[in-house]
Amino acid sequence: MAQVVDRDAVRRLLAQEAAQLVEVLPAAEYEDEHLPGAISLPLKELDRSSAARLDPARPVIVYCYDLQ
Amino acid sequence: MSPRAASRLESIGFEQVYEYAAGKADWGSAGLPLEGENGSETRVGAYVRRDVPTCRLEDRLHDVCDELDATGWDTCFVVDEARVVLGRIGRRAIRRREDVTAEDAMTSGPSTVRPSMRLADAVARMRDQRLTNLPVTTSDGKLIGLLTRPDAERALAELGRAA
Repeated sequence: MAQVVDRDAVRRLLAQEAAQLVEVLPAAEYEDEHLPGAISLPLKELDRSSAARLDPARPVIVYCYDLQ
Repeated sequence: MSPRAASRLESIGFEQVYEYAAGKADWGSAGLPLEGENGSETRVGAYVRRDVPTCRLEDRLHDVCDELDATGWDTCFVVDEARVVLGRIGRRAIRRREDVTAEDAMTSGPSTVRPSMRLADAVARMRDQRLTNLPVTTSDGKLIGLLTRPDAERALAELGRAA
């Protein structure tokens, strides 16, 4: 099960472990605003093919808008 | 949504998956940059005056006012050691200059907004409520600074011209 992390942990993972940020909201919401360096992988389109954009050797941090 | 995405990635075979559950609402409300069509340049945080004066509960109002006179500000935020906003000393208290502490002179719990608020919404609020400024804090209450109405209206007009 994925570990839930807070903002400070996100920043540390990005700075120290070259983590990959993935926004899973619909693409329009990504276009509106997203975290710096994040890529868009909407949940509805998330499969083995789209996930091939990610490096499995590096940490992956997924996020959406908030806790909802 | 992010728990399902994290679970899906793990099912595909990713072994180092983390979930930033608080998401971009949390990121933006902490004053951290966002990119995109409505990125940081359209948000309150980009136009905040960060040099707004602060003081502590136990400070004497006379001393606070002397500092305000020297800097030209007409307001001061009372904060704790973590810069969490406890109150605000406004123009009325500054005019009276009573021999009291900042705690006695302050208005408790001033309304605040987050740096991720859209600038257009902040301007609309200030116009509707006839406010001259809006205190800006992080989601955990730490003071970032003050958005003044002239700064906000000027920035909004410039964004409109650039669009």
